[in-house]
Amino acid sequence: MSEAKRIPNMTLKKTPIPEQDPQVRNKNFSEVALGYTEEMAHEEATRCLHCKHKPCVNGCPVHVQIPDFIAKVEEGDYEGAYNIIKQTNSLPAICGRVCPQEDQCEKQCVRGIKGEPVGIGRLERFVADKYMETEHPEVCPARTNGRKVAIVGAGPAGLTCAGDLANKGYEVTVFESLHVAGGVLMYGIPEFRLPKDLVQKEIELLVQCGVKIDTNMVIGATMSVEELMEKYGFEAVFLGSGAGLPHFMNIPGTNLNGVYSANEFLTRSNLMHAYAWPESATPIQVGKHVAVIGGGNVAMDAARTALRLGAENVYIVYRRSEAELPARAEEVHHAKEEGVQFKLLNNPTQIIGENGWVKAIEVITMELGEADESGRRRPVPVQGSEHEIPVETVIMAIGQSPNPLLRQTTPDLKCEDWGGIIVDPETMATSKPGVYAGGDAVTGAATVILAMGAGKTAAKSIDAYLQGKQA
Amino acid sequence: MYKILEKRRLNQECVDMLIEAPYVAEKAKPGQFIIFRVNEIGERVPLTVAGVDKERGGVRIIFQEVGRSTMELGAKEAGDYIQDFVGPLGRASELEQFKGKKIAVIGGGLGAAIAYPVCKAAHDLGADVDMIAGFRNKNIIILEKEMQANSTRCFITTDDGSNGTKGFCSDILQELIEKGTQYDHCIVIGPMIMMKVTCALTAQHNIPTTVSMNTIMIDGTGMCGCCRLTVGGETKFACVDGPDFDGHKVDFDEAMARSRIYATQEKHDKEAHICNLTGEVR
Repeated sequence: MSEAKRIPNMTLKKTPIPEQDPQVRNKNFSEVALGYTEEMAHEEATRCLHCKHKPCVNGCPVHVQIPDFIAKVEEGDYEGAYNIIKQTNSLPAICGRVCPQEDQCEKQCVRGIKGEPVGIGRLERFVADKYMETEHPEVCPARTNGRKVAIVGAGPAGLTCAGDLANKGYEVTVFESLHVAGGVLMYGIPEFRLPKDLVQKEIELLVQCGVKIDTNMVIGATMSVEELMEKYGFEAVFLGSGAGLPHFMNIPGTNLNGVYSANEFLTRSNLMHAYAWPESATPIQVGKHVAVIGGGNVAMDAARTALRLGAENVYIVYRRSEAELPARAEEVHHAKEEGVQFKLLNNPTQIIGENGWVKAIEVITMELGEADESGRRRPVPVQGSEHEIPVETVIMAIGQSPNPLLRQTTPDLKCEDWGGIIVDPETMATSKPGVYAGGDAVTGAATVILAMGAGKTAAKSIDAYLQGKQA
Repeated sequence: MYKILEKRRLNQECVDMLIEAPYVAEKAKPGQFIIFRVNEIGERVPLTVAGVDKERGGVRIIFQEVGRSTMELGAKEAGDYIQDFVGPLGRASELEQFKGKKIAVIGGGLGAAIAYPVCKAAHDLGADVDMIAGFRNKNIIILEKEMQANSTRCFITTDDGSNGTKGFCSDILQELIEKGTQYDHCIVIGPMIMMKVTCALTAQHNIPTTVSMNTIMIDGTGMCGCCRLTVGGETKFACVDGPDFDGHKVDFDEAMARSRIYATQEKHDKEAHICNLTGEVR
């Protein structure tokens, strides 16, 4: 591109992305955002200033060469743009949809100083979707170096690590405990935010590059990490087992019928297709009135899923105020548009039942006091302000921690008291030689892209480790 | 896909299958369970391992055709394949402690199929095992010979007395206790109400008692929390903390209520499913 002649498009706002109407989409599971057309993508691409110091790239956990791919979009060379993204990001169609760009690349974008940043996420999504529309011959190196690496968990961290190692010529097998690969991308994030056939297409691309996926294999139960290395000949192992253990509040009524963990609720709907019951065999129970406890992305996903399953009133019950909601602003906005009601500054005190089933949730009003160690103002209960909200379903979306199975069955794997696997943050190496870990299994519940970043770092370290330890 | 190596019908409603799953067969121990899915739209259903055939890489399951998924599984034949089969999940029963001890293993109905491998393993370890198995009637008695061959004494009872012994498992146990048998431990496996009643009896006599909790599950690895139950005032997950628990601490009333969460859907499925099989509306 001849930089001298190019005058950037100085429109202050991002090119809007078409979306399904809120009152239509809150009754279906199709994707909310419809994606850019070629014209829109071109329009948005021309807003990039192509800064020499590329602040956006530093904001990206996997360092996608953002201005370079945007230049290709502007030229209309979508395949070229895809190849640039794919150099550092194994799952572009997914990141374009679920990355918190506003806290990462777009936060650093110079255009954001005055006006809105370049819609990097929307462009990434456009490029990935464009690529997937057409058939592509196998582009990966078929050569293998004959050395085996095992990946535990087919979520974002594991898949990224697998893709990078396969590209380097390793024979990679990904072990997945569920019946389908994808991890949280399949069981957690709903179809309307991340279509499942798209996740499977991304995984197929990895399989084409030689990654082997073994489902129904619970490492720690079906076989141990030790056995992977000693008995089955894997020279290194990456643990990307995620944070799947749901938290419940220690309040009366938690085990009543009608109380779900967000994990269970979303897994039934997403992974098991309970929304299609009785065509699919797994049922789900959604009352007319639903309370979702928590204010993160998982809470928004659960609330919006409940609406789509036919609930009339869905409440987000969160103990702090709107400013502290940990969910992405976009998700909160979408949830509100679709009719989710926010009961902020309320904390559950008990779940009230009748004949074993949920009848109401009792909450206490909170007010914000002094800032706590996280810098957020601490919510304090207002004495005597308890009141009931009649609901038949309560969904607990208050966080998850790593599954204990691996630490229980891998004796020399050092872990934090709360369950996170301890790693060297530079290399992702664990206390067990040849074993690396990353993603939510290390950090506790975080984002897809951070998990992918960890998977990438681990792949680099595993390569270096195996180079140094000749077969 | 997982091949059905053998299928044997034990009675009108119970089926015994050997499923080819060599990695699971290698590892499975008494007390552990597997999760199966019949087809692509199938539910994930937990079943306790009833035995293994390591040579053939097979895992034995015994199930009752009571719901949509078990009926679909029961309709399969040897040589057919099922979609998914994963395990072994949960903690194995801690049987070593029973070496040289006097124990009673009590199985109610289909629970006998799950209790039998526990009885055999304890017997093989050198425990003095009384096996007590109860069934609704004599037509649905299963594994009688196997249980007799692998226990010190074996008592089979029926609810209606059609095999010559009338009463519930707990009645037999009570009689044995009253006649002076001193048990170091009881293991009770069966419908929740049967486990509840039997635990109430053993509590009276201060006999430590283990139960196996067969709850609703999805993943079976601690991810969904669907299988949670209250044990000694604490919430536990049957899939990773169990399925064996101290029977005197389990809140059976809560567990029974939780087992009925999807009763409406199950009823619908069962009716709709019968239509699918026979083409009739019943």
